[in-house]
Amino acid sequence: MKTVSLYDEFLKGLWRQNPIFKQVLAMCPTLAVTNSAENGLAMGLAVVFVLVSSSAIVSIFRRFIPHEVRIAAYTVIIASFVTVADLFLAAKFPALSKALGPYVPLIVVNCIILGRAEAFASKNPVARSILDALGMGFGFTLSLLMLASIRELLGSGTLFGIRMLGAWFEPWVIMVLPAGAFITLGLLIGLINMLARIKGKEKVGCCK
Amino acid sequence: MKKALWMISVLAAIGLICGLSLSSVYRYAAPLIAENKKRALEESIYKVLQDIARYEVIEKEGLVIYAGIEADGDIAGYAFMAKGAGYQGEISVIFGIGAELDKLKGIEVLESLETPGLGGKITDAGFKDQFKGLSTLPEIGYVKSHSPENDNEVQAISGATISTRSIVAILNDGISKMRDALKR
Repeated sequence: MKTVSLYDEFLKGLWRQNPIFKQVLAMCPTLAVTNSAENGLAMGLAVVFVLVSSSAIVSIFRRFIPHEVRIAAYTVIIASFVTVADLFLAAKFPALSKALGPYVPLIVVNCIILGRAEAFASKNPVARSILDALGMGFGFTLSLLMLASIRELLGSGTLFGIRMLGAWFEPWVIMVLPAGAFITLGLLIGLINMLARIKGKEKVGCCK
Repeated sequence: MKKALWMISVLAAIGLICGLSLSSVYRYAAPLIAENKKRALEESIYKVLQDIARYEVIEKEGLVIYAGIEADGDIAGYAFMAKGAGYQGEISVIFGIGAELDKLKGIEVLESLETPGLGGKITDAGFKDQFKGLSTLPEIGYVKSHSPENDNEVQAISGATISTRSIVAILNDGISKMRDALKR
């Protein structure tokens, strides 16, 4: 198990075990906030912060937390970091905080975070846990950004609020509505599975 | 027994540490958040009342009304925040009205969850500008599929009549509440 290189520990979250396209976790924020690239990026970075901090803390205290109450302990730790992120956004970026609405507090129940605490950080040393969390976090952020950029471009003709397509373009309103999220995500997962099949013998899985 | 005690103390310790750190973060963030809210409200008051030098808060019968005051001390008009049901969720609107309580000076949509591209257009300048100088006597109305003929009518957003109707109803309701409160 310890044969995995540190480099690989980081990299696996970006592609091979990408939390959205391969593990298909955390669908609620993925579908809900990706109607503009800015929202997608902000949600992704908030998750990176919570994921890295809670993985580090869980890993540091992994020997002290009794097995029977581990989920309760992880949840309290995660909820604290989420509240910090929520307060920080509301204090420093009020517009973003308003746009993301209830989805920031909902990071508490984001299954990537509890999943990494349970499947990885509680069994691995701190450095590896942080690398794993960074990889998963950036994998999540990049996937969200990809989804959100496609939806914003087609749904509003803009990217990060800047007009990309000329006046000839009639925005496909459905892309910024919930249905557009499902359609885009489905097509992207299909595309990525196809790429993986062409490359051959890719294995899907979240736990070692 | 020993195990149970250990579990309880670990959980209590985690809760205590988290609680303490959260309270210090909150102490840092709370004033900033309050200031952001105040600034957002102030900006919208200046926007809907235009050309005012300062404003005063009037509290009457549980309502909070903002009186906009011009540089020479005259009251330019009043601003009031009204809420009501929209098509998908609550809409909150702040509007500015002249000192005679007869003509609107402007509106700003503070919060809404209307359908993007349809009802979402209530936040567009094109829709909001229709309310500038609109007569509120006897009350505001809206028309569909042709241009407004009277000075108390706006043109409904095509494909989003419910959102238009909601805004108009919220405004009428807010205006009458405010009139009642100011008369007394």
